[in-house]
Amino acid sequence: MGELRLMKGNEAIAEAAIRCGCDAYFGYPITPQSEILEYLTLENPEPKTGMVVLQAESEIAAINMVYGSSACGKKAMTSSSSPGISLKQEGISYIAGAELPALIVNVVRGGPGLGTIQPSQSDYFQSVKGGGHGDYKLIVLAPNSVQEQYDFVALGFELAFKYRNPVLMLSDGAIGQMMEKVELTDYIPRLTNEEVIKRTGSWATHGKPEYRKHNIVTSLNLQPEPQEQHNHHLQAKYKEIEENELRYEKFQCEDAEYVFVAYGTSSRLCQKAIQLGREKGLKLGIIRPITLFPYPSKPIKKAAKKVKAFLSVEMSAGQMVEDVRLAVNGKRPVEHYGRYGGMIPMPDEILEAMEELIAKVEKKAQKKAEKKAKKKAEKKAKKEQK
Amino acid sequence: MTEEIIIAGFGGQGVLSMGKILAYSGMMKDLEVSWMPAYGPEMRGGTANVTVIVSQERINSPVLKMYDTAIILNQQSMDKFQKSVKPGGILIYDNNGIIHPPTRTDIDIYLIEANKVAIQMKNTKVFNMVVLGAFLKVKPIVNLDDVDKGLKKSLPERHHHLVALNEEAIRAGMEAVKLQQKAQ
Amino acid sequence: MVTIEDIIKEENKVFSKTKLLTDKTFSYCPGCGHGVAHRIIMEVVEEMGIVEQTIGVAPVGCSVLAYDFMDVDMQQAAHGRAPAVATGISRVFPDKYVFTYQGDGDLAAIGTAETIHACSRAENIVIFFINNGIYGMTGGQMAPTTLIGMKTSTSPHGRDLYNMGFPIKITEMVAQLDGVQYVTRQAVHTPAAVRKTKKAVKKAFENVKNRKGVSFIEIVSNCNSGWKMTPVKSNEWMEENMFPVYPLGDIKG
Repeated sequence: MGELRLMKGNEAIAEAAIRCGCDAYFGYPITPQSEILEYLTLENPEPKTGMVVLQAESEIAAINMVYGSSACGKKAMTSSSSPGISLKQEGISYIAGAELPALIVNVVRGGPGLGTIQPSQSDYFQSVKGGGHGDYKLIVLAPNSVQEQYDFVALGFELAFKYRNPVLMLSDGAIGQMMEKVELTDYIPRLTNEEVIKRTGSWATHGKPEYRKHNIVTSLNLQPEPQEQHNHHLQAKYKEIEENELRYEKFQCEDAEYVFVAYGTSSRLCQKAIQLGREKGLKLGIIRPITLFPYPSKPIKKAAKKVKAFLSVEMSAGQMVEDVRLAVNGKRPVEHYGRYGGMIPMPDEILEAMEELIAKVEKKAQKKAEKKAKKKAEKKAKKEQK
Repeated sequence: MTEEIIIAGFGGQGVLSMGKILAYSGMMKDLEVSWMPAYGPEMRGGTANVTVIVSQERINSPVLKMYDTAIILNQQSMDKFQKSVKPGGILIYDNNGIIHPPTRTDIDIYLIEANKVAIQMKNTKVFNMVVLGAFLKVKPIVNLDDVDKGLKKSLPERHHHLVALNEEAIRAGMEAVKLQQKAQ
Repeated sequence: MVTIEDIIKEENKVFSKTKLLTDKTFSYCPGCGHGVAHRIIMEVVEEMGIVEQTIGVAPVGCSVLAYDFMDVDMQQAAHGRAPAVATGISRVFPDKYVFTYQGDGDLAAIGTAETIHACSRAENIVIFFINNGIYGMTGGQMAPTTLIGMKTSTSPHGRDLYNMGFPIKITEMVAQLDGVQYVTRQAVHTPAAVRKTKKAVKKAFENVKNRKGVSFIEIVSNCNSGWKMTPVKSNEWMEENMFPVYPLGDIKG
């Protein structure tokens, strides 16, 4: 077992970056994620591992520094919180378009605008549905514990390089600020320049040697035909990611009649709500998406066969619920419960919302059964009359 | 065993670090722990609070509405969190600056005059450790050995000479805590 | 009679294209200074034997396709972000010769912050700044360096000081920054100017070698299409109008 440490979610991200052989971190202060940059500047990994840490002049500059480093085949990352991520969207689109591996962390806070600094999950749309311009997808990882914040840094880089695609870790202020036990992994040395060249020589810029053509990293095609081709290629890649990289977790779903769908902090709150509900005899469970792209549509669709209704719980006005509805496709009722603007819904509130949904569904079922019985009785009466 | 605790007071009273030491101590005992602060403007000059959960099981929600124990260190926090103690639960408070003492009758109420004890010890900085001592006397979820390890783990090396002083404060808190009212 | 074959002989050769320009046809308008600027930068890289250590960053603007013409490893940056991208490269490859090639809109309008801060951090890079006082690629709109009274498609009655403000002298601005080692303003409209500019380019890359921080080379250039002039006329106009506002010569270092 590795060393155990009590860490803030933000600190865990920073420590993981140092230990997983990250080459460069570029950041800009914004609450509630500034601890990442603070931790890294305090630890000062450069003399030890060679990892570069730099405070940029803006979120925009930071993401473009990531572009520059990752276009050299290096493991580069940045982090920010919602308003800062909005600023980064241009750069993220370029990174996706140029097919660069990069890790972006969003420790979400309440919006819109400057919003609040408290936790929120209202960046689902900008993370999963685009955010920047063009048809592109990020691989989106949604940790729900400090340990996962730690683990998903290495996983994020692994996936980013496997698919040459930006990976977004969608965290929130609660997981970023809370402390939990983290099991640390051993230091993985950064790749040497020779190893980087070997791994990324076919596309990255390292300086052109005699034996190959110059490498160009760009997202531009002046002609639409090759750009369409490029888009076809991207879509094929996203399909492959959907086939291979889906991650989700089911909890107490075996006998569940009513199921929560929630990611990140909300999934933890729902688990408590399940515990409280089960004490009352309610058969509750949860499906927790760990990857938001790819989204666990198939498991949700499958669950819809026996589950009576779904409650999507999110610290937003209802963003992810759209994907739950798409997956369930009208087969079962799907409702949303959320608090937003920085408010965290308490487990008992969540349970209340679920109980309301249950009451509604059961009332409807009862009405339906009554109607059916009435019809049956009428039919019987008619038959007897005859 | 699951112990759900809120510690609330003014920023600067050491509320967050007390929670951290408690969480660390729990970790030293191989327990699951979570430490969730109310962060942001509340921290700057105003009230500060932190939810600490120590459990033998995996912790689900890091935030709660009701707590097993509330440790309350100012009036605002009393107003806010007195009602959040589970019936039969525990409220520990320092009466320094408290105008309206707790009124609930369905919970155990303990008084710790931590401010006074800290002044007696001629070191107001150990205030929060006195409070921690009071809590550990009432709810010995971790022992002093764990706290010692927790302190060493959470304090930077250059502050390790303070461990003994902190322990002294914890012991003083253990001695000074008084049961004010048993739940009816 | 002398035939062309008689002339094409090694002993008659007075100029050969650097190996570091590709055979792709320039997308620039005939008479534009970009081609010459590209050539001399690549010549210097070739002459210094640093192609394996050189990584360039292309901007958004007319020279967005610089990566197609310069036969070195190249990245294309978002509009104005080239100095940040170059920072990202230079920080992970501190031994490389990293340069940006940017126009006036890119460098002095949308990318002002990136320019200033890369300079302020003393990134070990070269910034080439091609200033022709206009947005060429998008069809001749007003740039931050457009002269007072100059007509563009978005200042059709001439740049009006009261409404549109002054042209920005960003080269003089960055010269104030401690992180900048070398600042010069050159041109490429005459053989003499080209020679001088090439010398400046060489000095800039030498500075990278010696880790001296930012070298900033402005090249005041023409935009005959955007200015709606013949190439010859545009160069004359540049001398008469641009040079008084943007005087040539070394500013720092």
